[in-house]
Amino acid sequence: MSEDAAPGTALAASCASCHECGMLCRLPHAGAHGTRCARCGAPLHTRKPQSLERSTALLLAAAICYLPANLLPIMTVTSLGKVESDTIMSGVLFFLQSGDYPLAIVIFTASIFVPVAKILILSFLLVSVHRGSRWRPVERTRLYRLTEAVGRWSMVDIYVVTILVALVRLGNLATIEAGLGAVFFGAVVVLTMLAAESFDPRLIWDRSEARTP
Amino acid sequence: MRCGSLLRKRPRNGLERTLALSFAAVILFVVSNSFPFLSFEMKGLVTQTTLMTGVLDLYREGKGEIAALVLLTTVLAPAFQLGLLLYILVPLRAGIVPWHLPQAFRVLRHSQTWSMIEVFMIGILVAITKLMGMADIVAGLALWSFALLMLVLSAALSSFDPESVWERVEALS
Repeated sequence: MSEDAAPGTALAASCASCHECGMLCRLPHAGAHGTRCARCGAPLHTRKPQSLERSTALLLAAAICYLPANLLPIMTVTSLGKVESDTIMSGVLFFLQSGDYPLAIVIFTASIFVPVAKILILSFLLVSVHRGSRWRPVERTRLYRLTEAVGRWSMVDIYVVTILVALVRLGNLATIEAGLGAVFFGAVVVLTMLAAESFDPRLIWDRSEARTP
Repeated sequence: MRCGSLLRKRPRNGLERTLALSFAAVILFVVSNSFPFLSFEMKGLVTQTTLMTGVLDLYREGKGEIAALVLLTTVLAPAFQLGLLLYILVPLRAGIVPWHLPQAFRVLRHSQTWSMIEVFMIGILVAITKLMGMADIVAGLALWSFALLMLVLSAALSSFDPESVWERVEALS
């Protein structure tokens, strides 16, 4: 079979488990292309196709959107003729000033810490896999699972803006409008989620378990 | 095995429990989307919002992208999850293998990634605290049913075991 497949893995035994239903299927020969799962008919891959390329492209797009997401206002509050723009950071500062520390922490974690951490961790994983690193595969896999699990929580700020826009529309008294920053921020969340999804954590192990020549 | 992630754990009485929870979730889903979840009162003016009016307001402001994202993550994805759970489980209970079962599974798996009701709940709480200083906020019926929906839906999904479904399908065919 594949000469660099680690002993004891499915790949070494010419098998692959289906990405859709999890069934372990036997691959007919070295070129697994075009084989379909015997149970559900999904195409079989030993690894997600073009995982590194896709993930890198999506992550780059996310990093680019990250700047306008933080610099442009996510919402504009018009109250009795006064116009105020809120960015993500000023939202956190608002809660800090009003003494709402728990909420400040929630928003800071969801809107600033999680997206930055996701972009950094995924870039680190992509670079390490690309360079064929054998460094601490267990920890790197854990990092990956972590980014996959926390990504969705960044949506909190988008929901807050939606709710405020819908609730506060009192004509001249007060209105709230969503800003362009929210659009970019939404894009960051979606792009990082897609980037995490297209990354195949098994790539981390391929090099670590390959026999040294 | 090598990375320490849990490979498989079989729930005790599988498919029937998931089915019951799914029915409960459908009822909660309908209630959550047809009643306002918050109302806001300032100087005698009252506004109420349901999930759909929020999405529509964003769309009217020209923020169609966010409107679509919110619609997808709080209405469409959960609706797909529930619809597909029932689509898979109801015929199986009657002893029929549902049509296009693999495709149904595929969509179910993808809608799981994009369904974010629990995140939306946090969003509501943050919005409430933000507005508390400004005006009176009254929680609506839908807020409670949202909270319940979040619990029941995640219970339904965590009790759902695709392997048991495949086993039953193989027993039937």
